[in-house]
Amino acid sequence: MNTGPAKAGWRFRQPSVIPGFGLTLGFSLAYLTLIILIPLSGLVWRSAALGWTDFWAIAVDRRTLNALKISFGTAFIAAAVNVVFGTIVAWVLVRYRFPGRRIADAMVDLPFALPTAVAGIALTSLYAPNGWIGQLLMPLGIKVAYTPLGIVIALVFIGLPFVVRTVQPIMEEIDKEVEEAAATLGANRFQIITRVLFPGLAPAIITGFSLAFARGVGEYGSVIFIAGNLPFKSEIAPLLIVIRLEEYNYEAATAIAAIMLALSFVMLLVVNLAQTWSRKRYG
Amino acid sequence: MADPEIKTYEPHHESQSAAVTESRPVRWVAMGTAFAFLAVFLLLPLIVVFHEALAKGIGAYTEALSSPDTRSAIRLTLLVAAISVPLNIVFGISAAWAIAKFEFKGKAFLTTLIDLPFSVSPVISGLVYVLLFGAQGLLGEWMKAHGLVILFAVPGIVLATIFVTFPFVARELIPLMQEQGNGDEEAALSLGANGWQTFWYVTLPNVKWGLLYGVLLCNARAMGEFGAVSVVSGHIRGLTNTMPLHVEILYNEYNAVGAFAVASLLAGLALVTLVLKTLLEMRYGAEIAAARGH
Repeated sequence: MNTGPAKAGWRFRQPSVIPGFGLTLGFSLAYLTLIILIPLSGLVWRSAALGWTDFWAIAVDRRTLNALKISFGTAFIAAAVNVVFGTIVAWVLVRYRFPGRRIADAMVDLPFALPTAVAGIALTSLYAPNGWIGQLLMPLGIKVAYTPLGIVIALVFIGLPFVVRTVQPIMEEIDKEVEEAAATLGANRFQIITRVLFPGLAPAIITGFSLAFARGVGEYGSVIFIAGNLPFKSEIAPLLIVIRLEEYNYEAATAIAAIMLALSFVMLLVVNLAQTWSRKRYG
Repeated sequence: MADPEIKTYEPHHESQSAAVTESRPVRWVAMGTAFAFLAVFLLLPLIVVFHEALAKGIGAYTEALSSPDTRSAIRLTLLVAAISVPLNIVFGISAAWAIAKFEFKGKAFLTTLIDLPFSVSPVISGLVYVLLFGAQGLLGEWMKAHGLVILFAVPGIVLATIFVTFPFVARELIPLMQEQGNGDEEAALSLGANGWQTFWYVTLPNVKWGLLYGVLLCNARAMGEFGAVSVVSGHIRGLTNTMPLHVEILYNEYNAVGAFAVASLLAGLALVTLVLKTLLEMRYGAEIAAARGH
């Protein structure tokens, strides 16, 4: 269809008897361009049109910096919590047999299926000072709702399935003979887990961490209810974008969005490097 | 699928030796931690939704759900899903056909681009349409001159929903169709079927459960999307309020029963989605790419 002459060394696609390449690729590209690429490049274009000085002034604005710090900080802590507990949950689901395992396994996907606004109001009512969990924590002097800790709780909820679902399939593939071999060579269970099993899981754990982190940085719906949204204290970057938009300050909204995208991109790059390193190190 | 030869070794694996499993106390601690974590973070939020919705009795619950604003929010959510999900199905099938059935330059890059909406904050997904169609937007003047309204109206909500649910179907179908290869299609074509017949009678039956799986997740997100829709909706009661946005409005008005009543419908949708998803994974696991950790 749109392949060049067959003799040419460079070929856009390899010949195939299956029809429909032009139609499906053409439609896919057109749809992708209209829905995703043009709108996203509009964002890039708008922030480029801002000019460096204006852009910088918005970026180093104290409120912007604090919002970014809160978004990235809480997302990092929540992803770290999920790495620990998500790995334990995955291990229990893969290795142990108990009644209700299928249900527990299905429940892990709840944060994918439950609308974020629903999660937000449910968590807020649980952790509010008079809520089921909030009133238990109140005497201990721990305030969760309307504080940055509340943001962490919401992001732990949102990020859990990313870690479990990334680590779980790799755990299922572990060959038990490797563990048996290690045991016959005299390793104890702790050594087997830390020296034999963990290295194999490390790349998956890093991927799960980065997915949970990336999702947490951009999360909006579940956070705004529980955060309290105090500027400089518990105001996340996506919320600041919404506030700037409501003030018709398109420039600031665009700049913050561009910074968030750039930071996320750098983050993904670092994670990819970490992954290459861990693959090399642990083979 | 399972080799009976291997099956006979299962009992041996069940009675694990101390070498390949943890000691009993460690196992109990691990299971206790996992259960406690799942109960606090997943089960309790779910229970509290229904508890709060019914806090003032069943009468208040049904009354909250029958208010005109709530009903129009439900209608809008169904309408938005009914437009955006089919469009993403067509795209998903089309992209999967091009990517899985053919070898061409830039394929990996195209696959990455399809996943792009997953790595963008929902708020930014909404913002890009405001920058395009808003009063100060790139197309704002032109649209005003032609009397077109996208922002703060249903078309904007549909666009934002399509954006955030864009990858679901494609992402499920691409690995599945890649794994199935081209053999069946080539056989059908060599027997004289045309392209459409090959697709309808060969490819589609092969991927139907995977497709349903992707549609299920796409629909759940389409009906539940909050951030992106919130930015483009304008929050006009009875007109541009979807169910998740209506939950927010009721909640901010301190109408807890109303907010949780609408939320309970969305939670019910989530539960139905999870049940269907689990059933699909159990019965047709081999025909669903995502179930095998792709």
